[in-house]
Amino acid sequence: MKRKTKRLWITLSAMGSFAIAIILILSAFSSNLVYFKAPSQLINHPTEQGTTIRLGGMVMANSLHYSHKDQTPTAQFKVTDGQAAIEVHYTGILPDLFREGQSVIAIGSLDKNNVFTANEVLAKHDETYMPKEVAEALRKSGKWDPKYGPPPDAQTWDHMTKPK
Amino acid sequence: MTDTSLPPQQQSRFNIHRLANPGFFLRFATIIQPWINVSAALCLVIGLVWGLFYSPADWQQGDSVRIMYIHVPMAILASGGYFALAVCALCSLIWKHPLADLAAEEIGPVGAVITALCLITGSLWGKPMWGTWWVWDARLTSVLVLFFLYLGHITLLHAFDDQQKGYKAAAILALVGVFDLPIIKFSVNWWNTLHQPSTFSLTHAPSMSFSMMWPLFFCFAGLALGFIALVCIRLRTAILERQIRHILLNE
Repeated sequence: MKRKTKRLWITLSAMGSFAIAIILILSAFSSNLVYFKAPSQLINHPTEQGTTIRLGGMVMANSLHYSHKDQTPTAQFKVTDGQAAIEVHYTGILPDLFREGQSVIAIGSLDKNNVFTANEVLAKHDETYMPKEVAEALRKSGKWDPKYGPPPDAQTWDHMTKPK
Repeated sequence: MTDTSLPPQQQSRFNIHRLANPGFFLRFATIIQPWINVSAALCLVIGLVWGLFYSPADWQQGDSVRIMYIHVPMAILASGGYFALAVCALCSLIWKHPLADLAAEEIGPVGAVITALCLITGSLWGKPMWGTWWVWDARLTSVLVLFFLYLGHITLLHAFDDQQKGYKAAAILALVGVFDLPIIKFSVNWWNTLHQPSTFSLTHAPSMSFSMMWPLFFCFAGLALGFIALVCIRLRTAILERQIRHILLNE
């Protein structure tokens, strides 16, 4: 075997075995690599009370309201993943993107009544980028209501934004 | 360094393997350098003016979405640059191409800066949109790891008295680190992350309106060509430096 061919095989086999090692490590740690848990996961596999967890899901339509206690408004809303919903209470400033129908991540803990008290709320944004006019047109045509989740597939509205 | 055993008509024909010859690369790169520079500047100006002033604001992110025109190209180039580094490492370890080590040495710092800019612009974008500068989710963390891989590569190159040993160690690190690239790419699909999944894919129509996609494309082309132009300049300088050192040593 030529020395170059030998080096090629050594490098490739080293990289191959390294790849397998990485795949094994990642699949073993997979459950720890998720940044947040969905409501149905939390309800099916409850964690110990008081431990800090990150809950992620969509803010349920028509579930957001505020209660005032000592003149500070507390936001109360439900976070859902389509299978289960958890009530979240949060006192503080919500991110600009927070609204019903938005995906959010709440950091806090669950109490025994299954109410999640958050001390931080982050807003996710989806992978869709579209101008205001398109969003407005989609809403008017009744094809999409932002309250109920992310916008429809880009194919359905791409023609509305031909470059000028 | 022309190979005289070849008939003249074959000598003049362009062959990609000849680019691995430093002398040939130097002559070739000196000719194409101005063209790369001009097209990079042109694409970048078109993309930035279009993106920053004439493209529409996003329906929910408003004008903050314009950070995308810098952040997304930086993110793609950070991974792309590291891939180039790994290809150089492979060529250096297996075929001992004389140019591969030099190229890896010159790509490293440019890639590290690009990755840092990707992290910084991402952080500046994250604060107003997500409500946080930084989270330890899979996407952000894997890009931070990429940044440290770049830094490690630069450090390792100069960690030995024997430069050849440094090249070899750095090449091995570059190949080990290449496994971070698929992790970065698929982190948003494999695990729940704060970062949104990718807008562009091979199987779906892009979830971005055309009025934003075109300026993004020009920004990417401009920054990618700029990356190539920078590496090209650095590589030419490195070859010349090496030749000068050689002459001085022989005197």
